[in-house]
Amino acid sequence: MIYLDNAATTKTAPEVVEAMLPYFGEAYGNPSAIYSLGSAGKKAVNEARRSIAKLINAGQEEIYFTAGGTEADNWALKAVAESYGEKGRHIITTKIEHHAVLHTCGYLEKKGFEVTYLDVDQDGLVDLEELKAAIRPDTILISVMYANNEIGTIEPIGEIGAIARERGILFHTDAVQAFGQVPLDVEALKVDMLSASAHKVNGPKGVGMLYIRAGLKLRSFIHGGAQERNRRAGTENVPGIVGFGAAAARAMKLMEEKGRKERELREYLIRSIEKQIPYCRLNGHRERRLPGNVNFSFQFIEGESLLIMLDMKGICASSGSACTSGSLDPSHVLLAIGLKHEEAHGSLRMTLSEDNTVEELDEVVEALKAIVGRLREMSPLYEDFVKSRKTGK
Amino acid sequence: MYSEKVMDHFQNPRNMGEIEDASGVGTVGNARCGDIMRMYLDIDDNGVIKEAKFKTFGCGAAVATSSMATELVKGRTVQEALEVTNKAVMDALDGLPPVKVHCSLLAEEAIHAALWDYAEKEGIVIEGLKKPKADIHEGEEEEQY
Repeated sequence: MIYLDNAATTKTAPEVVEAMLPYFGEAYGNPSAIYSLGSAGKKAVNEARRSIAKLINAGQEEIYFTAGGTEADNWALKAVAESYGEKGRHIITTKIEHHAVLHTCGYLEKKGFEVTYLDVDQDGLVDLEELKAAIRPDTILISVMYANNEIGTIEPIGEIGAIARERGILFHTDAVQAFGQVPLDVEALKVDMLSASAHKVNGPKGVGMLYIRAGLKLRSFIHGGAQERNRRAGTENVPGIVGFGAAAARAMKLMEEKGRKERELREYLIRSIEKQIPYCRLNGHRERRLPGNVNFSFQFIEGESLLIMLDMKGICASSGSACTSGSLDPSHVLLAIGLKHEEAHGSLRMTLSEDNTVEELDEVVEALKAIVGRLREMSPLYEDFVKSRKTGK
Repeated sequence: MYSEKVMDHFQNPRNMGEIEDASGVGTVGNARCGDIMRMYLDIDDNGVIKEAKFKTFGCGAAVATSSMATELVKGRTVQEALEVTNKAVMDALDGLPPVKVHCSLLAEEAIHAALWDYAEKEGIVIEGLKKPKADIHEGEEEEQY
């Protein structure tokens, strides 16, 4: 099997599993308890908090554990809306956010908030001038993702942070795809809130965090006990949090080497596909993109068919085709960067890890060549294209 | 997600290709929704479908329903082909996931479109055949969150 879907989830690293195991077993104490069985859990949770804080240059008291990236996004947006709704009711975000942000914004619109969805250019980048022009006296929050999950484009977060800070507007970034992949510094970026998830960086599923800048008043997300300094009640997911901490420590240690290797593999795969498969287009920014992200549209073919045929060859990838989303519309991200519907349906995302090899990628390109060729043979769109070329129309 | 029959017809589609100077050709669907089906029919003087071929841009179910639809109309008369409904196509494939039912509607529509083209070329009227819709999603409301 060749796994090229690391933006969906990653393999839990063996050392992460190892770190978690005791907390599923003998170290079962409740971290809130006084006795030493409990305080061992508390200590482990705080150690994880430190590792995660260090990775983004935050204070450990600024890290709040959640059940994942989606919960962190929900918390940031809903709590700002509720806590600052008196001050203003306008929020700015982009058209290419993850649904965790977009659908939360949709919910807030129903509650009477106004949301501006910024366009992006053909590479997926937000225009800073457009952002400035969208700011109003009643804007309370800007939320822009650090890097896009589909096309890998890295947004100018530091510049957006500076604009927001200067105008006294809160700034949230969904860094689920970037956390542990590229260096993040919440001070330099001037972000007030940042979402991250463990399972995208070789950690376990079901755990994530929201960074909340010290001093920022934000309502609790879940009410109950005093966990997470009263802001997110409920007995901690100790094994998950420990795993998250171990994954963060691992990511910090390996980031440079892993990033370099993934970039090399990424460039190799992009070059090979562009050289060997005609009528394709690289989606996303060529340079400003996540180390492991490759996203292509293949003209005249449809993504689900492509995925099934890749799967039959043991290759795991994903697509922005409507058929893979359960709706009739293809990916909102691909439409936002200006792709036609049929081009968006024919997209393929391959997200690499440092464990992939050049040999694997050669195998993938060979498979792709055959499959794309086969599907084009079957495609009436390709037939029309070939005929129009012959008649010179 | 798919039945074995669907997977078989997707992996080994029957009658994929085109027919030159076909008696009737019909193209249905649209690229917006991600599926386009084109069906070619070769019909003899007795109104019997000698050959049926297809080309499809679409998901696994779209390919499989096209393939099955060509199998079901081959050797049939025009009138019999008209009775090949989307349900017949689905049943022959041992069913489709609910979100893919529209693919079978597209297959039925593709047969009708090819027959319509044939009737127009021949200047005949096929009893019970209505002018096919090019877009099977016409008039459908999309769900909003």
